Amino acid sequence: MRWADRRGSRVFVRGMHLDIPLLIGLALLAIVGMVTLYSASGQNMDVMIQQGLRILLAFTVMFVLAQIPPHHVEYWAPWAYAGGVVLLLAVALFGEVGKGAQRWLDLGFVRFQPSEIMKIAVPVMVAWYLSERALPPSKTQLLIALLIIAVPAVLIARQPDLGTAILIGGAGIFVLLLAGLHWKYFFMAAAAAAACAPLLWYAMHDYQRQRVMSFLDPESNPLGSGYHIIQAKIAIGSGGIYGKGWMNGTQSQLEFLPERSTDFIFAVFSEEFGLIGLIVLLSLCAFIVIRGLYIATQAHDTFTRLVAGSLVLTFFVYTFVNIGMVSGMMPVVGLPLPLISYGGTAMVTVMAGFGIVMSIHTHRKLLPS
Amino acid sequence: MPARQPIKDHIRESRLFNERAAWAAIISLVLLGCIAARMVYLQVINYQHFTTLSDGNRISLVPVEPTRGLVYDRNGVLLAHNIPSFSLEIIPEKVGNLDQTIARLREIITISDEDVQRFYRQRRHKRSFVSIPLRFNLNDEEMARFAVERHHFPGVETEARALRHYPLGKLAVHAVGYVGRISEEELRHLDENYAATDFIGKTGIERSYENVLHGKVGYKQVETNALGRSLRELSRIPPTPGENVHLTLDVDLQRVAEETLGDRRGAVVAIDPRNGDVLALASMPGYDPNLFVAGIDQSTYNSLQNSPDNPLFNRALRGQYPPGSTIKPFVGLAGLENDRIRINSTSYCPGWFSLEGDSHRYRDWKHQGHGTMNLEDAIAQSCDVYFYELALTLGIDRIHDYLHLFGFGDLTGIDLHEERAGLLPSREWKRARHKQPWYLGETVITGIGQGYMLATPIQLAHAVATLASRGKVYQPHLAQSVDLPGDSTLQDVAPPIPRAITMHDPQNWEDVAEAMRKVVHGQGGTANAAGRGALVQFAGKTGTAQVFGIRQDQRYVEKDISERLRDHALFIAFAPVEDPQIAIAIIVENGGSGSGTAAPVARRLIDHYLAKTGS
Repeated sequence: MRWADRRGSRVFVRGMHLDIPLLIGLALLAIVGMVTLYSASGQNMDVMIQQGLRILLAFTVMFVLAQIPPHHVEYWAPWAYAGGVVLLLAVALFGEVGKGAQRWLDLGFVRFQPSEIMKIAVPVMVAWYLSERALPPSKTQLLIALLIIAVPAVLIARQPDLGTAILIGGAGIFVLLLAGLHWKYFFMAAAAAAACAPLLWYAMHDYQRQRVMSFLDPESNPLGSGYHIIQAKIAIGSGGIYGKGWMNGTQSQLEFLPERSTDFIFAVFSEEFGLIGLIVLLSLCAFIVIRGLYIATQAHDTFTRLVAGSLVLTFFVYTFVNIGMVSGMMPVVGLPLPLISYGGTAMVTVMAGFGIVMSIHTHRKLLPS
Repeated sequence: MPARQPIKDHIRESRLFNERAAWAAIISLVLLGCIAARMVYLQVINYQHFTTLSDGNRISLVPVEPTRGLVYDRNGVLLAHNIPSFSLEIIPEKVGNLDQTIARLREIITISDEDVQRFYRQRRHKRSFVSIPLRFNLNDEEMARFAVERHHFPGVETEARALRHYPLGKLAVHAVGYVGRISEEELRHLDENYAATDFIGKTGIERSYENVLHGKVGYKQVETNALGRSLRELSRIPPTPGENVHLTLDVDLQRVAEETLGDRRGAVVAIDPRNGDVLALASMPGYDPNLFVAGIDQSTYNSLQNSPDNPLFNRALRGQYPPGSTIKPFVGLAGLENDRIRINSTSYCPGWFSLEGDSHRYRDWKHQGHGTMNLEDAIAQSCDVYFYELALTLGIDRIHDYLHLFGFGDLTGIDLHEERAGLLPSREWKRARHKQPWYLGETVITGIGQGYMLATPIQLAHAVATLASRGKVYQPHLAQSVDLPGDSTLQDVAPPIPRAITMHDPQNWEDVAEAMRKVVHGQGGTANAAGRGALVQFAGKTGTAQVFGIRQDQRYVEKDISERLRDHALFIAFAPVEDPQIAIAIIVENGGSGSGTAAPVARRLIDHYLAKTGS
């Protein structure tokens, strides 16, 4: 009987098209997020309810996407990509300005950022393009793939939204690397980027230059642009090994830390839970990434492998860039910590990505290999 | 599809992908390891550094005001203390529209334009989330009216603060002084001990014993948020309260002095010649020091400042008057000491005196002249001619040097800051000041305390106290001792160490004292009327100082002119003659004659004081 029950529940879960280890990892992350947000928001119940609803929405999106077989995704990939580019152009022409950048598109009933779509559409499109051809990609294919990546990335960078542009560019490049692009291209590109860095400096907006300057020397303007970084470092450092305890972080509770519910929530987490909490959090992320990559290796065709791998790595980039910027390892680029930062769009996108990953894993034809 | 397109090799692609996925996993883990290393760097290696910074962020040291010491008179009567006073205060950060809130507050509570100006001035210097007083000293009715309307005014509170209060009001105001708000000028010289203090001694004892009365600032550690609002107290170093100051002043005697002067302008200083204790120090008219504590409003201040009676002027310490005939006992002593005369040396007074080869007549106040006089009579009857001659015999140098021994021309060193030095003329002074030689005629009039010479009431009292004690010079002082609240040990502020004026013949003291007794009690003594029926015989000397003209800063008002041009009346005295316990100097501005208006004041003071001490 016991055996039959276990089989039964497995069949049921498979019918739901969910990957239980990944689901548990993501749910744990969401719980950590809610716990931290409760402290960071100053026990604001409105914030908690809103965030709870967003998490619910994000998991629903994941669940819905997990039901769609991957070949549908493959079929719609070029259309989604083309639609996304059109929307980005529309934003550039008619978009609304919010917080100093033109990122929003108001469709009358809903306002959204088309760049979010591209976080998934770009890697899927690149995977679609490359998987049709033999791998590793040739030079021509590389150039076309780069063009696929560059068009939306440049449009988004011009909004300006450097964080998302980097993320989308990264997601596309991950597909190329996973597809077996020779490392030499990668190193050549890295060298070229380094050589172009001074040119990049002139292309940047003033506030972006400020961020880079603040990153290099936060003490030069401790009350201005350097304030975020300095206060975040103080919060993290003063947390120590064991942390100050939940809701006892002085930097966060006494409002020294700016953006503590959103982009800088990691500083609240580190202040209150210390190095031990951090190790738990990093382990959780590592588990999700490793599980995601494992799912990718188990996929049955090149397209799904590349899509699953690049979406998982996108999640990793979010996490790494956010923690890196909050802890002062890289300049502030304005990416949230997925599932933990207050705010919905990034979370929904990340969870949509995991929905596709789960779909890839659970729609395999169960043939003995 | 082009023919050259390579055929897909699924197994090879799968292997290639797995290899790359493995790399991705490894790189991801290495990057997570970098984060972990960074966190170890921040949270373990630099933990102390960031903890210090974090505490520096949240913990701020807030100074706590010490309680100001009290001031008592010699019998323990309270002269200055602190009373709880309710003030209307605003935390600007908690109020939406500040101007509008103040305007609405003014509908229910009287708030002057100056209150509002002071509020905005203070606001510029205060940290955020600190409550700033708008109105001090709310009365019960105002408190009640605000209590009813309070819910309309978030961010507005009534606060109890300790406010300096002078229970006796005007009495002894020129000795005790007052505290007022620290000015911007004063702020520049103050250290962190004043971090929590709003008031500072401006005049009198409050000013000169500021460092004793003030105490030592305390601190409390409070946790503050990023906006600077303090949330809770973490620890506290209590402030050390200021020490109480006990004065030598006798409030009863002070009251008699002030009441006897009444609404006349003038000054009374009484000193115990045995130790230099200042028993009374009055300058009339006075003013209510309580007006200055909460911040005096401009119109009241102007009326005090512009009053022709000049109530803010401390006549006892700063009023410089020609000493007139009160100088005669000292000039007489100079004559005796320098062997120019003996007590019974006689001279004939025809009612005037003139220098050889000069037709100018220096008149005696008695037109018909006093006839033949010895020193004793000359002092008792205040014969001018005798002293014209004596001055000429002594010469200005000896007069200067001898009067200087009694403190004329010098600050007495009383423990108040406002004192002026008067003027004791000399050849050197005249050369420096007027670039002219000294003329003989100026020596003549110096002999009767006219001319350049100026003395303050405290100087005269000090000089007569020195004379009364037969040459023991005690520095006059108002503070006797200080103590700590709750500590019964008193610590003397200035133990009296006298300097002595030695006489070749100590009998000279007695001779002059006897002459001064005769001023009051002798036949023909100038203050004879004042001495009649006195409890104890006392020694005195009348003086009259001419008011030469209208001072430049006085307006020419016709109805005032006759009164304001009258002579100043002076009187110095000590009692009892043999064993003096009190020495007094009195000046009544435009009082006419010393015998008529000043001597009766001395009489009342002496009677009162000696009756009280039981002599």
